[in-house]
Amino acid sequence: MSVIYLLISISIFVAVGFFIAFIAAVKSGQYDDDYTPSVRMLFDDEIKITAKKEKQTTEEKQN
Amino acid sequence: MDTQNCFHCGLDIVKQEEIIFDAKTFCCNGCKTVYEIFSLNDLVCYYDFEKSPGATPQEIKGKYDFLDNETIVSKLLEFQEDTTAIVTLSIPHIHCSSCIWILENLQRLQNGISTSQVNFPEKKVRITYNSETVSLKEIVYLLSSIGYEPYISLENYETGKSNIDRSLTYKLGVAFFCFGNIMLLSFPEYFEVKEFWLDNYKPFFRWLIFALALPSFFYSGSGYYVSAYKSMKSGMLNIDIPIALGIVIMFIRSTVDIVFDYGSGFFDSLTGLVFFMLLGKMFQIKTYSFLSFERDFKSYFPIAITRINSDASEESIPVYDIEKGNRLLIRNQELIPVDGILISEKASVDYSFVTGEAIPITKKSGDKIFAGGKLIGKVIEMEVLHSVSQSYLTQLWSNDVFQKKVEQKHKSITDTISRYFTPILLLIAFVSFGYWIFIDTNTAFNVFTAILIVACPCALALTAPFTMGNVLRIMGKQKFYLKNALVIEQLAKVDTLVFDKTGTITTNKKSSITYQGDSFSELDLVRIKNVLRASNHPLSRMLYDFLPEGKKIQTTDFKEITGQGIQALIDGKEIKIGSAFFVEKSEANTILQTAVHIKIEGIYYGKYVFNNQYREGLELLFNSLKHDYQIKVLSGDNEGERASLEKLLPAGTELIFDQKPEQKLEFIKKLQEEGKNVMMVGDGLNDAGALAQSDVGISISENVNVFSPACDAILEANEFQKLYYFLKLSKKAITTIKMSFVLSLLYNVVGLSFAITGNLKPLVAAIIMPLSTITIVSFVTVMSNYYARRKKIED
Repeated sequence: MSVIYLLISISIFVAVGFFIAFIAAVKSGQYDDDYTPSVRMLFDDEIKITAKKEKQTTEEKQN
Repeated sequence: MDTQNCFHCGLDIVKQEEIIFDAKTFCCNGCKTVYEIFSLNDLVCYYDFEKSPGATPQEIKGKYDFLDNETIVSKLLEFQEDTTAIVTLSIPHIHCSSCIWILENLQRLQNGISTSQVNFPEKKVRITYNSETVSLKEIVYLLSSIGYEPYISLENYETGKSNIDRSLTYKLGVAFFCFGNIMLLSFPEYFEVKEFWLDNYKPFFRWLIFALALPSFFYSGSGYYVSAYKSMKSGMLNIDIPIALGIVIMFIRSTVDIVFDYGSGFFDSLTGLVFFMLLGKMFQIKTYSFLSFERDFKSYFPIAITRINSDASEESIPVYDIEKGNRLLIRNQELIPVDGILISEKASVDYSFVTGEAIPITKKSGDKIFAGGKLIGKVIEMEVLHSVSQSYLTQLWSNDVFQKKVEQKHKSITDTISRYFTPILLLIAFVSFGYWIFIDTNTAFNVFTAILIVACPCALALTAPFTMGNVLRIMGKQKFYLKNALVIEQLAKVDTLVFDKTGTITTNKKSSITYQGDSFSELDLVRIKNVLRASNHPLSRMLYDFLPEGKKIQTTDFKEITGQGIQALIDGKEIKIGSAFFVEKSEANTILQTAVHIKIEGIYYGKYVFNNQYREGLELLFNSLKHDYQIKVLSGDNEGERASLEKLLPAGTELIFDQKPEQKLEFIKKLQEEGKNVMMVGDGLNDAGALAQSDVGISISENVNVFSPACDAILEANEFQKLYYFLKLSKKAITTIKMSFVLSLLYNVVGLSFAITGNLKPLVAAIIMPLSTITIVSFVTVMSNYYARRKKIED
């Protein structure tokens, strides 16, 4: 058996793998909204939460 | 700094009302409260993404009481099981990244909400919550309190889950998968090198290609066979027939080639063709998902209404359950869902959704009130005369126009061409076959199939989708939203324009105000302005904006009598502002005009008259339109404005007044029977019938998110003067398509010359097909962009 059969079948196998991934992505609704995720990923995770809280409470008192 | 903007909503702050909180300035208490809510919950990041992103929360007390009714809630929910519930709410205010951020962090504001996800293009938020800890009503109240009031209308009733059709995406994916792999595998064959290694694996490669072509042929291309079959059955030769014929012949010929080892077949071209054509289809579909072109009365009718039972108890019931004889309670800003008789003493009703007329109409006890009006002012009671489906306005929707599907109404330009294309193609194929059959039977079959393959009108079929898709996007950027690509062709064919008057060529935002009567002292003007400041009546607001700025004076003893006017004491003087009746002034000719009368210290001074304000650039627009089109103006109003309209509009414009909704529809129908292609431009629900009947119905909307009647295209109101440009652009789009047709036919001629002489090699086909596609696509894109730009400069 020549190695070409093996190689081609592997490449087709990989391609089919990606194809299935694509179908799954469409099915899950990933392509229904192509704008919101692009914004969502830019939101920072808030690390400074605790620091902010203290500041907030002091300001609250002043008012 | 003179003018400061509110930190929350960005509006100008009136100095007297400025609120400073947390070292930030706010325009009102509402905005401050929203900021407070956010800052208490560590959500001030909201203000980091966008400057002043918020909206002032509106007063909604009692408005959502119907959400206590279990059956109504269950109709709104998308999913409910045990304690988990999912609801999708449409929120018109969603407009920036801050909105996305705050709405996706709702769980930090309210216990019981587990996740919320925003769909920005559709302006919707999908909330998953625990129905035991929090109710839908509480969520709606929370959203409203932070300025994101959801829009719940009758349309949401029983919508449930909407199925999105994703088949085109799947087909495109399959087609691309097959096309890409086949291209790779057919590459060695293109060079026709006589090499042992290649020859050895030829059958393996070919059968693999054959296997890969199957999904593309049977699944991705399936739409074309169905369409071709349908069009043959109905006797219309559309473009899908030669396409389907080409694909099928290509598949059979290639299979035969492989089986008998004649050659490598045309599978590469076949899958490429299918892929490119699906791509064109995809490009042509540009949906504005936040808009709806199918809106009818349902999309702005309330979902529930308060009914007063015989034992005087109040109850929220779905509007479909309203019966004749019921007593209803309508609150301020609520919509009247059915026809009825007013029981309360007075009411003022704003019919702007129905007629486009912004100025409210006053009704007395015993008067008939019609569905579609919005109540302004005090709570009223009414008795129902007709149920929802039988009300005057909703009756319009039972007309036949709304029942039929519009798609088949027009034959597209591509289909017109293909009516000639298909017979000619078949003729050439058979003639060449007849010629070759006497020379060589084998070649004859080859030539016959080659002709059908190479003439497969891929480029021809791609021309229209890419031009239309591009023009659709160009127009969309300029706030002219078309339902689909077909509308462009119809726009280009139009020869008669019919305009609605109120709300379409007039704005319903501002009126021009003139004063008639004795002149005021400057101080009196300031006093009048201060009295008006406290009133929320639309006329008061308009007059308030019209009067010059002055200092603020304290008013005392302020009284607003709904449907009549306002009175107050200011600097010890009594000022009365209101209707003629209110200031005890009898006047004969009041019906034709809207006026506000002024009385100071018992002395009648005069009246402010509100005239319709025509849209900016109207005269210019009509003057440029009159050369190419017949213009007609329809109005539901009386003839009060005829003289001023005749002065404004070019001579020869037909003006027709006192038109009821059905009469408008009939008018359009009559024009069409005379062989005219009619475009109707309207805005209110009363134009809905005419919009549906016309060849192209354009609805003008001040706020495209919230409301526009069913139509073919939605134009944002302040782009109205560009209408002529859009019409010209659509004509140019058709010109572009025609030029491109010539180009793609040239390709066909070149391809055919190969085919007829029996020289069509798979390689030639593989080159011609993508080459023609790419040139056509770039040609139409460049041309339509060029026209769009040139026309813009001219205007």
